[in-house]
Amino acid sequence: MTPVYFAKATQVAARSLDGEMMIMSAKDSTLFTLNEVGTLIWQSADGTTPLNEIVEQKICAEFDIGPSEALTDAQGFVNDLADHGILLVSGSPIVPAKPTQGTAS
Amino acid sequence: MSKLAAVAAQEIIIDIGRMPVQVHSESPEFLCMLEARYSGYVSPSAHPIAEIDIDLVPPGKITEQADIAVSFKSGRWLIERGDLRAEWEPISRLGRITQSANPYSIDAALRIIHSLILAQEGGLLVHAASAVRNGNAFLFAGISGAGKTTISRLAPPDATLLTDEISYLRRNENDYVAYGTPFAGELAEPGENIQAPLAALYLLKQGPQNSIEPLRESEAVRLLLENVLFFANDEHLVGQVFELVCDLIRQIPVYQLTFYPDERVWELIQ
Repeated sequence: MTPVYFAKATQVAARSLDGEMMIMSAKDSTLFTLNEVGTLIWQSADGTTPLNEIVEQKICAEFDIGPSEALTDAQGFVNDLADHGILLVSGSPIVPAKPTQGTAS
Repeated sequence: MSKLAAVAAQEIIIDIGRMPVQVHSESPEFLCMLEARYSGYVSPSAHPIAEIDIDLVPPGKITEQADIAVSFKSGRWLIERGDLRAEWEPISRLGRITQSANPYSIDAALRIIHSLILAQEGGLLVHAASAVRNGNAFLFAGISGAGKTTISRLAPPDATLLTDEISYLRRNENDYVAYGTPFAGELAEPGENIQAPLAALYLLKQGPQNSIEPLRESEAVRLLLENVLFFANDEHLVGQVFELVCDLIRQIPVYQLTFYPDERVWELIQ
């Protein structure tokens, strides 16, 4: 399987409130509230760790979910955020972009 | 004003939210109409922070945009709707509005220009009624039909209405200040041109009885963002507005206010 690498886009507004990660798409103003798994994936978006490794080592280790189902869900989630310009997705490692002013992680 | 003075006066200063905007027009009749519409907000002695020229054209479609469209290109904002075309340069703070001699086009353009200025200055325009009571401002946000005008009509005599439709908030050092606006809803009356520190923000919902429930921060952000007037599809400004809303809900208590439409609801607003 081709590894999927993903990183946070530079112009992203994100805040953790009440333990919930909220992310607003600067592209179309869509607001996302992430659950625990989504937050873990978001926090792991370093551009260099492939998605399947994050799923196996972090998600399956912390949550009661099988690797196949978790990877399918995670891919859908990553693609959804990428469609809204929140994540960058690539088949090769992504050089981390320097956060811009007003961007929180 | 004498006839000679009326001819000589080619501008008025409309001071909303302590952001005085000088409006130029070669039509004394149009300026007189604006003076009447923005009664209470015309301040000849204020020092303007922005200037707008009005180009009056005969009535008719000016652009093909049915809904308002705001875009940024070559250092200036372009605001288009069927009845208006406006340009706004945020650095020089100079603007131009092309419209027919009606009060609605400039009203829409002013709201957008103020929202653009506020996003950079640390402020928001919110779909909300607001009122001052005991020296504190209270804001009642909600979409059309949520009860903004209803709760405004029910306000007791000791409450002063800032608006029944569009509230104006600016960040101060450690708090937020609500200002009166001339942007009226069904009440069809401008709010009082006064200001007060914002004490609480309520998200309105009508129901069988009155209740106030605190909101989780994430829910407060989501609901408040739904009511922020923001037209520009600009990545940087979207981020600024999001950060401002997050900051506001951390500083100001936010509640869900379910209310039965009679005056008893104001017993909860102190």
